[in-house]
Amino acid sequence: MSEIILKPKEQPLVPIEANNVTPDVFAGKTLEEIKNLGIWHGNRQDRLSKFFDIEGESSENPSEIKIIIDGSVPKTKWIGKAMTAGEILVKGDVNMYVGADMKGGKILVEGNAASWPGQDMQGGELTIMGNAGDYVGSAYRGDWRGMSGGLITVHGNVGNEIAEYMLGGKMVIKGNVSIMPGVHMNGGLLIIEGNVVARVGGEMKGGTIVVKGIIDEFLAGFKYLGIERDLNLEGEIIEGAYHKFKGDLATKGASGIVYAAVAGNSHIAPY
Amino acid sequence: MEIVKNVVCPFCGMLCDDIICKVEGDEIVGTLNACRIGHSKFVHAEGAERYKKPLIRKNGELVEVTMEEAIDKAATVLAESKRPLMYGWSCTDCDAQAVGVELAEEAKAIIDNTASVCHGPSVLALQDVGYPICTFGEVKNRADVVVYWGCNPMHAHPRNLSRLVFSRGFFRERGLADRTVIVVDPRKSDSSKLADIHLQLDYDKDYELLDAMRAVLLGNEILYDEVAGIPKETIYEAVDVLKNAKFGVLFFGMGITHSRGKHRNIDTAICLVTDLNDSAKFTLIPMRGHYNVTGFNQVCTWESGYPFCVDFATGSARYNPGETGSNDLLQNKETDGMMVVASDPGAHFPQKALERMAEIPVISIEPHRTPTTEMADIIIPPAIVGMEAEGTAYRMEGVPIRMRKVVDIGLLSDKEILERILTRVKEINASK
Ligand code: SF4
Repeated sequence: MSEIILKPKEQPLVPIEANNVTPDVFAGKTLEEIKNLGIWHGNRQDRLSKFFDIEGESSENPSEIKIIIDGSVPKTKWIGKAMTAGEILVKGDVNMYVGADMKGGKILVEGNAASWPGQDMQGGELTIMGNAGDYVGSAYRGDWRGMSGGLITVHGNVGNEIAEYMLGGKMVIKGNVSIMPGVHMNGGLLIIEGNVVARVGGEMKGGTIVVKGIIDEFLAGFKYLGIERDLNLEGEIIEGAYHKFKGDLATKGASGIVYAAVAGNSHIAPY
Repeated sequence: MEIVKNVVCPFCGMLCDDIICKVEGDEIVGTLNACRIGHSKFVHAEGAERYKKPLIRKNGELVEVTMEEAIDKAATVLAESKRPLMYGWSCTDCDAQAVGVELAEEAKAIIDNTASVCHGPSVLALQDVGYPICTFGEVKNRADVVVYWGCNPMHAHPRNLSRLVFSRGFFRERGLADRTVIVVDPRKSDSSKLADIHLQLDYDKDYELLDAMRAVLLGNEILYDEVAGIPKETIYEAVDVLKNAKFGVLFFGMGITHSRGKHRNIDTAICLVTDLNDSAKFTLIPMRGHYNVTGFNQVCTWESGYPFCVDFATGSARYNPGETGSNDLLQNKETDGMMVVASDPGAHFPQKALERMAEIPVISIEPHRTPTTEMADIIIPPAIVGMEAEGTAYRMEGVPIRMRKVVDIGLLSDKEILERILTRVKEINASK
């Protein structure tokens, strides 16, 4: 694996858009060419080297490239956009849209991510060790087709409307979730290990949501199907006892499934 | 004293077009037919301070300058900023808004209107699930079921009820007596007093109630005996009224667009209306606030493809409320220069946004002294559209209405000011 290290200089208040920072774009380029890549800074273009000290070695093959962003880049958006192979490691925070349109390869963010990580993700693995904002693995505004493949894991807490319009793939949230996880979900698997405030699976028509923590408030439009033990979902056994609901029956032809751990959720089961 | 008839009120989204103005010289001294808030716009509220000359802040003091200097300074701010924001637009006409969009494109700016703090959620929702809308005429002549959800028209749109609900319509000869009025509001209000059914739901539970109503409408049992503080039986009764409507209309306001969940509340409300059309005829109208907030969304959509929060930074239009909304840009400290046209964020934005406004250059195209002009570095006063300049505005349900000029006070219109700034920005960009 050839490593290219981007050491961030001071991050400007007006954000930069690093959609060029992917193994696919770096592949086959010399260090000089990478330093001269264009990067949007507000409404004007600068060189990548204005914001990063860059060293290391590239490769012809994107899957042989590991990009290391050696520090926090809280004002940098679109890292790893549409990448298909290789790896990106960010040793700190990122701004919006990390891993948007991702098709393959791996991204690991050691800090926090702002909103829209993994928007429209189709494949690959995106891992965030800290917290993430709203719309993790969501659709583009106005689109009804969200994340369709790949794996997103967030170790911290997340905001609203994660897995919005999710179609496929898997998302695991280890922390807590605000409102509306899986809103309009049509497929795929969302596993929440922490607690949820409200509206799990609002308007969902398909897919599966598992909540291991406590759901404060649940929607009345679901149908209660009883208790199920040791779930077998996509070849994985999830141990424990779960209340099973089908819905959201507010929408026509809905057959989404929500599992809520029996422990702590007796208040949302009807009997 | 002169009497001018058929004047259009430039205050709220009702755009009442039957106002009579009494004019003395270049001043409107009285009105007929306008409600109290419309009247006070025409005759200038007491204590209002009107600007007539351009001002620039020099060493902390506002100093009168020539129009040329103010235009040049404004154009320079826009041309030099890396992420300029152009916000407001809802109290001016469509032609000024169209120049605004062109200016935003030239300055590679972000253009956003007051929808981003009022009915922006409705706009997001209609992009997801559509918009079964109707006109005022249909409400007045046909509606037998009128729902007000999260709004208080008696105070915010005072003539909504008198023009559309109390009034007699072709199929509703007895006016109010021929209609069932449902108000959904956690509070008791002057509008809820008139309602046949008041669903006094718990705060922030609009989505929960709508979810239950939709499930019931589709013939499903609901999980709980009470949802959002409303007993199950009452939910069944309300759904029954809705689905038996000959012509129903849902008016909705800030009480639902900005309660918990925002655009998702509207999304599910629109879907309820859509599903109601399996058994009834049902439509909706958003209670738009500023008289031409709707017009901006129309103009911006036909010019750029998106209704608000449009980012021209890279030369092509991009759109993502949550990133490119005015409050997102200010609170995340992304924007480094701001122009405010025909609105007053200084009075309405949260503190964190105002903190950023105080740090960056602010241009205000604004007739009156406002909290925004207190923060502004450049103030350019225009003639007021609908009173001192003519122009086109869109009523809340999307009907365009030509507004009249009633008096002449010899100031440039918003459109003329913006055209001059545009010309100057083009010159600066050409010399770069
Ligand atoms: S209801 Fe609105 S448009 Fe009509 S007169 Fe009153 S303020 Fe003006």
